[in-house]
Parts: sequence; structure tokens; C-alpha cells
Amino acid sequence: MTQPVFWGLVGMALVVMGLYALIVHAHLLRKVLALNIMSSGVFLVFIGLARRAPGEGTPPAADPVPQAMVLTGIVVAVAATGLALALIVRLRALTGRTTLGDEGGH
Amino acid sequence: MTEPQHRPGSGRQPASDGAAASGTSRAPEALPPLARVLLALALLGLFGGLAAAVLSLAQPAPGLAAAVAERLDESGVSHPVTAVLLNFRGYDTLLELVVLVLALMGTWSVGRARGCAGNAPGPLLRQLPGLLAPLMVLVAGYLLWVGAHAPGGAFQAGSLLGGVGILLCLSGRTLPPWAQRPSLRVLAVLGVAVFTLLGTVAALLPGGAPLDWPPAQAKTLILTIELAAMLSIGVILAALFTGGRP
Amino acid sequence: MPLQLLGPGGLGPDLLLAAVFLPLAAALVCFLLPRLAATLGLISALLTAAATLALMLGVLAGGGMEVQLGGWQAPLGIRWRSDGLSAALMAMTAVVGAMVSLYAAAYFRHTAYERTYFWPIWLVLWAALNALFLSADLFNLYVTLELLGFAAVSLTALGGGAAALTGAIRYLLVSVLGSLAYLLGVALVYHGCGTVDIALVAACVPDAPRPALKVAVAAMIAGLLLKTALFPFHVWLPPAHGSAPAPVSAVLSALVVKASFYLVLRLWLDVLGGGDGDGSGRWLAELLGVLGAAAVIWGSVLALRQARLKLLIAYSTVAQIGYLFMAFPLAVAGGAAAWTGALYLALAHGLAKAAMFLSAGSLLRFGGHDRIAELDSAVHRLPLTLTAFALAGVSIMGLPPSGGFIGKWLLLEAAFQQGRFVLAAVILLGGVLAAAYVFKVVGHAFTPAERERRLRSVPPGMEWSALLLALAAIVLGLTLPLISPLLQVGTDAAVAPPVSAAVALTAGGAV
Repeated sequence: MTQPVFWGLVGMALVVMGLYALIVHAHLLRKVLALNIMSSGVFLVFIGLARRAPGEGTPPAADPVPQAMVLTGIVVAVAATGLALALIVRLRALTGRTTLGDEGGH
Repeated sequence: MTEPQHRPGSGRQPASDGAAASGTSRAPEALPPLARVLLALALLGLFGGLAAAVLSLAQPAPGLAAAVAERLDESGVSHPVTAVLLNFRGYDTLLELVVLVLALMGTWSVGRARGCAGNAPGPLLRQLPGLLAPLMVLVAGYLLWVGAHAPGGAFQAGSLLGGVGILLCLSGRTLPPWAQRPSLRVLAVLGVAVFTLLGTVAALLPGGAPLDWPPAQAKTLILTIELAAMLSIGVILAALFTGGRP
Repeated sequence: MPLQLLGPGGLGPDLLLAAVFLPLAAALVCFLLPRLAATLGLISALLTAAATLALMLGVLAGGGMEVQLGGWQAPLGIRWRSDGLSAALMAMTAVVGAMVSLYAAAYFRHTAYERTYFWPIWLVLWAALNALFLSADLFNLYVTLELLGFAAVSLTALGGGAAALTGAIRYLLVSVLGSLAYLLGVALVYHGCGTVDIALVAACVPDAPRPALKVAVAAMIAGLLLKTALFPFHVWLPPAHGSAPAPVSAVLSALVVKASFYLVLRLWLDVLGGGDGDGSGRWLAELLGVLGAAAVIWGSVLALRQARLKLLIAYSTVAQIGYLFMAFPLAVAGGAAAWTGALYLALAHGLAKAAMFLSAGSLLRFGGHDRIAELDSAVHRLPLTLTAFALAGVSIMGLPPSGGFIGKWLLLEAAFQQGRFVLAAVILLGGVLAAAYVFKVVGHAFTPAERERRLRSVPPGMEWSALLLALAAIVLGLTLPLISPLLQVGTDAAVAPPVSAAVALTAGGAV
């Protein structure tokens, strides 16, 4: 197994673990953390596989396009986390709850 | 794994007794053990599928490294990632800055920030920002400049600036009066505003397209956008940390 | 012909630019000048709507068009592409957006705080919708999806109460989860094909590494179904749509869920080539059809059981989304008319559902509550609002001459031609159930008041905007000859941009 494939598999494992935590935990902070782990996994897949041996005639450096895309994805994830935390803090101030309250889940 | 569930200082309001009671009577983890085992098995199967997908990818990787390298001299910068971020796929970056501004709008619409004045720092946190903040601002400026030909750029620099803001907030410092609402808003939207304006002007030039930088001016334009973006990112990250509108 | 001026050779590319950048710039200005937000927001909303409608006329007159952002060709850069499908949805967005803006100007008149945040976020949402409908780049579509999701979440939370916050948080979690699944698919597509441009990926699909491509498609579609709230992923929708302020509910139900449906359709038609290439495409279409049929039944039954008007309308959305997916098995089996039917239903539902939520908001403002059983005497005080609700109901039920009727008719025809009588029965049953829940509301509104209550006046802007939307849903059924060139998706007659020589060339070279 080559190194890029290894990182791809680790990324997929993180995605699945994050999904498990997202479903199992009721506390909203943990759900947000779980989503962050999932997104880290997706980014790892994206960027890890970019180091596979390129075809002929390409420079040996890693493909820059996935790197730029992952940078974009990271900023989006930060924005999502910030917004989610603001909403959760507000919900707790209003009701004292840190869960969604009813088990509809998703 | 059972977690201790006390939340220090979670003084519950009498009005929310009903919600609080139902909150304590339910197990912190919503799923019964059997369901969790089944879920874990299902997710293991999912992992199998995802792993098969990774393993099936062709070894000589298709990609755009060659295409980027070929057009790099027309991009105005010599670092390929910066070229992708601010020229080849600059539109993605513009929308991503909009995402940050939007997160700020959303956070501000939810409620007021706690404010930084209430933070009571220990001796270390009281002294550290005075030493670190100027250094961090300096490094941010360096990262912005170096991004044109080496790893770095507006996002790395902006995160450092955001870090400065968070550090100052944790140490109990508040915003100076001149940096209150209006200028804060101006700084927050600066990156998107400059990017949009330049991108529109580029479209209106004869033969131009949106966000089409002429190669001769590309470096200046990219650095201008990055400077504005860095300031916006720094301000937005620090403002998101405070959790509400000032 | 003057309309040609709006086409590819004339103002067309500038109209594409205006459709995205105008609402975006306006949002920034509204954020900077909170006191003027309502005035500036309304003006720029009307300008955006005008530009988008002009764009639709340009596409009708001169065919689809394309813009290369940054001037870079497709594998390196990002493309905007405007064809019949995207122009139709953008035009519907423009009509709903203009009316919602008129309504919101009146609705938020006395709530300064909500007003200052509604306008910038709503304008970003509109820009995100147009950006999504225009983008021809899978990764760029991810960014627009996230932008759209965050804007929708922020607007949901604008009510500020515990219910609104809970709805917004659940919405955010679901939205991010859906986007991540989509992004995972994009990552696999990029590493399988070395590009994320839709046309180039489509050219690569036949030779792409197999398990990777199938997993990628499954992940992308699953993420989008989650965002579209297709049964059984619909649980998050009613609380979010039911607890938001009325103009927000209208936007969420009419426009935001359509965006992810549009993307499913786009992937299906443009990337997978209609899904009839191999057996797994047909299998997936059947699955989508079954889920759609379940959504129609389940959503309608739950709508009928609601005691609150806004929740009833929200569950009706769950049901109507089902119809859109019932088109998949019908279309794959050879009835391209089913795509036209689904698109017609999407447009009609957008107009009618926005009208319904707006009238619900007026009733809520009028009586201070939206309990269906206590809507008595509303018809005497708010005749325009009740008319709007009833007319929108006509389209939701699928009675002639509304837009909903044309859409359902096309689906039914395809179902009968193919002998799919179960699907046909579900389509008819959904109509009957829709009639039941619409009449439940209208019936209560006609009962005489038992006692006097404190009632607030409703500004005419709120009543008229809802009525105009409902009328648009009806008129849509009469305009089939005018707009049908836009709706021939998945056929040879479809309005599509000439795939640029560069893209075609590189696509040939990449394979």
C-alpha cells in the first residue's frame, strides 16, 4: 500500500467515525465536534490522494488544485463551526438545553 | 464510556424546569446499546465501500498539476497553490470569503457578544499579548508577502491576525472606541468588496471576463485582494470568537 | 429582434454577472448601512429580479450561454453555464424573490433589529441560488451549496425563540452533513477524473475507475437528498420551515430545497447522461421513485394531521418534493416528458408554496396565532389573503389550469403509457390528500367567528404579494407554449449552450 492510499483510507475511517459520533451523541457540542472530525477526514482523503504518482510529463510536486480546494473547505468548516457554536450558546442561554430536545435526530 | 455529566455553573432558570428535567432524565447518549452495535456494524460496511473506492483509484493519478505549471507565468505569482486560489479558481475563494462574512452576519443576528471585558486573565495571559501580538502581526505580514512564491498567503496571515484578536480578548482587552461598530463592519466586508469590485471591473474591460486579471497587473491585483482578504479574515475570526455582535 | 440583444452575443454575459454579483454587492451595502437596509434591499431585489428575467428572455431568444470566470478554460478555471433548465429555475427564483422582498418590506416594518439582518442575509441567499444555478463546476457547486445552507440557517434563526433556534441548529447539522457527503464525492471524482468541470467529468465517466465513481455518485446524491429533505430524510424540514418568520419559510420551502433537487437533476442528466447507461442507474432511479412515492403519501397524511397552519404547509412541501423524484423512474424508462413534468411541478410548487407561506404569515400577523381550528372569520377580514391561499391550493392539488396541473398531467401520462399504475395511483392519491388539507384550512376560515378577539391589521403589501404569487402559479399553466423551450430538459430540443470548443477539445483529449 502506498502512502497516499494509506492517508486516503485513514481519511475514510475518520469520516465513518465522525458519522458514528454524530448519530450517537446527543450533546450539541459533540455533534459539532463530530462534524469537524468528518470534515477533517474528507480533507485528508482529498489531499492525501493528491500525492499519488502523477502521469508522465508532470512535475513531481503534489497537485496544487486539491490543496487550494481543501483550504477553501477548511475556511467553510470554520465558518460552520462558528455559526453553530453561536447558535448553541444562544439556545443554552434561552432554555438551558444543550441538546436538540426531542429525538427526531436526522 | 460514560462521561460525568455535571456542567459547572449551569445555573438553570426556574422557567425552564420542564426542559431541564427532561434533559436529566434522558441518558446523555441517546441510543440504546443494541442500536449502537447495529449502527457500528452498518458504518463498518460503509467504511468497506469507501475503502474500496480509494483502493480502486488509478495509480498514475490524473490531475491538473501539469496544467497549472504550464500557465503559472500568466498568473502573476510563482506559488502554484496561490495561483489556483487567487487566479485560476479565484471565484471559489471569493465565495469562500462570502461564507465567512455570512457566518459573521448569522452570528451577529443571533445575539450580543459576551464581550471581552469580563475575562479575568492570569498573570501569564496578562503579560503575553503585549509581547506576542506585535510579533504575530509582523509574521502575518510576512506570510502574506511570501505567499506569492512559497507556502503562505491571505488565509494563513488572516488566521494569525484572528489569533491576535482572540489573545487580546482573552486577556480582557476591549476594542478601542474607533474600532467599534462601523469600522468593524467595513473591515469585515473589505475582502469581498475589493474582490467583487476588481472582478466586475475586469469583466467590463473590452474582451475581459469576470475576475480575469491581465497578466501584467495580476501580481498587484492579487496582492491587493490578499491584503484586504487578510484583514477581513482576521477581523471575522476574532469577531466569531466573541460569539455575537459587539 | 431586440430580444437577441439579451442573448449570448449581446448583454447576456453581463446579465449572468449581474445575477450573482448584484445581490452580493447589495448585501454588503445593506450590512454596512443597517438603517437603509430595507430601502436598498428592496430596490436591489427588484433590480436582481429584472436582470434575471432579462437573462431568461435572452436564453429563450438566443440559446444558452457560457462565461469562463477568470478567463481560464474549463479544466483549469470555473465555468458559468446558462441553459434552459437553469434559466427556468432562476426566473422562478426571481419572481418569488421579488414578491418575498415586497412582503418582507411590510412584514419587518416594525421590527428594526430583524430587518437589519434579514436583508443582507436574504440577498446573499439569492446570490448563492443564482451562483448555484449557473455553476458548471462540481467543487464550486459545493461552495455555493454551503453558502446557501448557512444563509438559510441564519434566516431560520432570525425568529430568535427556542423553537427557531432548535430548528436552525438541526438544519445546520443536516446541511453540513449533506455538504460533506457531496464533497467526499467531489474528492473521489477529482482523483478519478482529474477535473471537476461537469462537461469534462461527463466525458470521463465511461472510463472512470468503477467502485470509486459509483461511491462518489452515491455520496453526492445521498448528501443532496438529505438537503432536499426527501423521505426519509425529511425530519428536519418541518420544524425549520414551520418556526421561521413567514418570508423566510417561503424562501426555504419554495427555493432552497429546489436548489439541491436541481443539482441532483443536473448530475443525473449532465454527468451520468440520463442514468440509462447501465443497470445500476435504473436501479437508483427506481429507488428514488419509491422514496418519492412514500414522501407523497407520508407527507400528505402528516400535513392533514397538523393543527398549526405553518406546519401543515411545511409537511405539504415534504409531499410535493416526492413528486419531483417520482419522475426519475418514469424518465429513465423512456419518457423524457417526465422531466418536463417534474420541472413544471418544481416551478409551480415554488410559486404556490411561497404564496401559501406568505398568506399564512398574514393570517398569523392578523390573529396572533396560526391554529387552524381558530381561523374563523378570516375570510371576511382578509379576503385577498384567503384568495391567495386557495389559488395556491389549486396549484398544489393539481387542478386545471394551474402549473401544478400541467406537471402532474405530464407525469400521469408517462405513468399510464408505461403501465406504471401504482405510481399513477400515488400521483392521484396525493392530489386527493392535498385537496383534503387545503379544504381543511379554507373551511375553517369560512366559519363565522364565535367571539371577538384582538386582531391586528395586515399591510396591503403583504396581502398583494401573496396573491400575485398565487396568480403566477395559476398563470404558469397557461404559458406552456411560451416557456416550453426552456423545459425540454433531457431531450434534443433542450436549450443548451454550445459546449465551447475548448471544453470539447480537452474532453476529447482527456479520455
